[in-house]
Amino acid sequence: MGLKENLHKLKKKYEGKKMAPAFNALHTFLYLPNETTHSGSHVRAADDLKRTMNTVIVALVPCLLFGMFNAGYQHYAAIDETLRAAPLENFFTMDNFLMGCLTILPLVIVSYGVGLAVEFLFAVIKGHEVEEGYLVTGMLVPLIVPVDIPLWMLAVAVIFGVVIGKEVFGGTGMNILNPALTIRAFLFFAYPTWMSGDKVWVHGAVERSKEIAGGANLDAISGETILGSYAQNQEVMYSLQDMFFGFIPGSVGETSKLLIIIGALFLIFTKVGSWRIILSTLVGALVMGLIFNGVVDAGWIENTSKFYGLMSLPFWEHLLVGGLLFGAVYMATDPVTASQTNKGKWIYGFLIGFISIMIRVFNPAYPEGVFLAILLMNVFAPTIDHYVLQGNIKRRQKRLKVKTA
Amino acid sequence: MKLEEDLIIKFATANINLYKIMSKDIKVRKGLDLRLKGEAEKTISNAPKSKTFAIKPSEFHLVVPKMMVKEGAKVKVGDPIFYSKDNKDIKIVSPVSGTLTAIERGAKRVILSIIIEADAQQEVKDLGSLNVESSGAEVLKSRLLEGGCWPFIKQRPYDVIAEAETMPRDIFISGFSSAPLAPDYDFVLNGKEKELQAALTALSKMTEGKVHVGVRDKKSSVFSSLKNIELHSVEGPHPAGNVGTQIAMIAPVNKGETVWTLDAQNLVTIGELLLTGKFNPERTIAVAGSSVKAPKYYRTVLGSNLNGIVSDAGLNEDNVRVISGDVLTGKKEAKDGFLGYNANMVTIIPEGDDYEFFGWNKPIFNKVSTSRALTFSWLSPNKKYELNTNTNGEHRAFVLTGNYEEVFPLDIYPLQTLKACMVQDLDQMEVLGMYEVAPEDFALTEFICVSKQPHQEIIRKGLDLMYKEIG
Repeated sequence: MGLKENLHKLKKKYEGKKMAPAFNALHTFLYLPNETTHSGSHVRAADDLKRTMNTVIVALVPCLLFGMFNAGYQHYAAIDETLRAAPLENFFTMDNFLMGCLTILPLVIVSYGVGLAVEFLFAVIKGHEVEEGYLVTGMLVPLIVPVDIPLWMLAVAVIFGVVIGKEVFGGTGMNILNPALTIRAFLFFAYPTWMSGDKVWVHGAVERSKEIAGGANLDAISGETILGSYAQNQEVMYSLQDMFFGFIPGSVGETSKLLIIIGALFLIFTKVGSWRIILSTLVGALVMGLIFNGVVDAGWIENTSKFYGLMSLPFWEHLLVGGLLFGAVYMATDPVTASQTNKGKWIYGFLIGFISIMIRVFNPAYPEGVFLAILLMNVFAPTIDHYVLQGNIKRRQKRLKVKTA
Repeated sequence: MKLEEDLIIKFATANINLYKIMSKDIKVRKGLDLRLKGEAEKTISNAPKSKTFAIKPSEFHLVVPKMMVKEGAKVKVGDPIFYSKDNKDIKIVSPVSGTLTAIERGAKRVILSIIIEADAQQEVKDLGSLNVESSGAEVLKSRLLEGGCWPFIKQRPYDVIAEAETMPRDIFISGFSSAPLAPDYDFVLNGKEKELQAALTALSKMTEGKVHVGVRDKKSSVFSSLKNIELHSVEGPHPAGNVGTQIAMIAPVNKGETVWTLDAQNLVTIGELLLTGKFNPERTIAVAGSSVKAPKYYRTVLGSNLNGIVSDAGLNEDNVRVISGDVLTGKKEAKDGFLGYNANMVTIIPEGDDYEFFGWNKPIFNKVSTSRALTFSWLSPNKKYELNTNTNGEHRAFVLTGNYEEVFPLDIYPLQTLKACMVQDLDQMEVLGMYEVAPEDFALTEFICVSKQPHQEIIRKGLDLMYKEIG
């Protein structure tokens, strides 16, 4: 008796019971089900939703691993500035990685644990199978939060995001807003002090400042993000190389542009991610960046203005700083919440990029607009699709008119 | 002088344009050719004579059968067995002479199948021959109705048996099949030019437009030399051979219009009925699929029991699925099931009712996929596959977008149309193009569907709803 037969027997035993969805979710994780076609086409293509979601996770893993190293690196570099002189030598060290494991693995565990628990609960209550949507969300969440976020906050946010962002609409495939971004938005508006500023991006910074406030005689740790520095018209201490490779403070997974580009190419190659959305988002961002550069060049804005720092940033550098690239590749492309027509995807992506940079420039208190832009366009995606469909419908009606005329 | 030249050029291009409208060269760009193992070898054998035959009313969609003969009655080939409750002119006739032994019923006493036991000596009802050239449309129509050939004519919208009273805008026939392992029509129809011509001439009188025939090659097809038709060449992957694709490329169905469609092999039966007055249910079918030992063509009869063919062709394994039709649109049959009324082939492939360890994440080389998510069928586009009936995943909500469009050549949004059907939004279904489609047009989107949604069933239910509500 192999494992396969035993599991099959258990499956039969649970059939029709309340716990069946929970058991099946685990069973199908091990084995592709023995289900055969019973209507329509007798053969089916190899891909299922699990495989699709798994592909996205594979594309995210390099970002996660890099984020672990980076968590340690930023922590030690904040204490010892000299480390930054040679980031390559001081980055991929065991110390960094261990520190990263210590800080980031709990985030991953909480995100998956809490999120999947909610998913299982809803599946059992509503009697449907556990759908795979959360596999990607659960991976995205730890990558888009600051490293030191308290775990209970994350747990609360995940529950909120999965229930309000997804399950109330009917679960995977039915949601209007991207669940991972809903979680981030919840954190941002509920606990703003933990989501921005110069203390949250480096592990240990908040704790250290508390100790200093308590009278301890220590050097403060701080790690302002590049966007934060620009927004406050401060000098930026990182080179373009640092930004591209990702040796900078920021949310866990967003810093390495190189790895995100590799992930994007993988998603496009596997045909899982929409190249239309990725490309048009970047184009939209560049266009908005160019407009702002134009404003600066035309001398319409004083260099004392609080918008000057980000407006004068060369348009292409917008792609290197902040979470724009990460958002464009992994969040905007969520097929459920994006535009569902190919034409609509161009418009949808372009507006995300365009609005991201606009929010980024005009919101110095919290200089990152990608997640707000994506959430906003999530809401408008059905509208875009509606007009694209109208084009098709009009064409059909015109055909009829030509006939009858 | 210059002006004259210009005029000549203009006149010439105008002529060319006119020619294009009349006979199109269609290029289908979107689609997918499924290459499967077990293609039928081009030799024709006579199938073992079947002792029992069956007619399944469910094959004549939306026809509520009213029996015309009782159990135990003797019937001849061409004798009507039942008529449609809604239109009593539409009769389904017996493909065999023998004794009606059983009427099998299901829930609510719906007739599932009518079993006829064959006599040793076959008698054929003779209606007398007609002169097709000189007969009018009404005479020809009533002959087709009387002789049991009417159910071969389908109509769009709704993909149901055509209404005899309507005057269709055009009639469309696909002169080839691009479905997986499909029979080569030029091979099967070879030598049937006389019957085809009779049927096509008759059909051309029943429409105000034309009889359009789509073929792979305008020069070498059996249809090349035939009259009273508009020949179109069609290039490209499946579903290029689907009549729905050809309609969309030649002249799409608009709201309020009706077109008729026919399968090329049924034309032969129609032609023979008109020429000789006899219903000839003989068919040359391909028996193919990776589970068949010796895939080849068989000469058999509609409604025949399949066990003769199955045992003659031989099986490579026991656990198989027998399909009357092709793998994308055919009907599941038992090994001793029956050949469908519209089938041009029988496909036999392995059942896939087994688990596969980590089947969802390990690299896949032996299955077809349009993605490249650790699926490697893109590496070898000409490789032939041995697919089984496993769904390769569980039913999920629609998640992915944009992938159906790659295999769907019609100017219709497939995902949005499916969703409109699911929520029964009649207005939306109407404007999105449901008048133009049949379930078979959604076979490929169903094949590649990551969420394993039953596309053809959804479209069929949508069409039925429209038929009921809008009519």
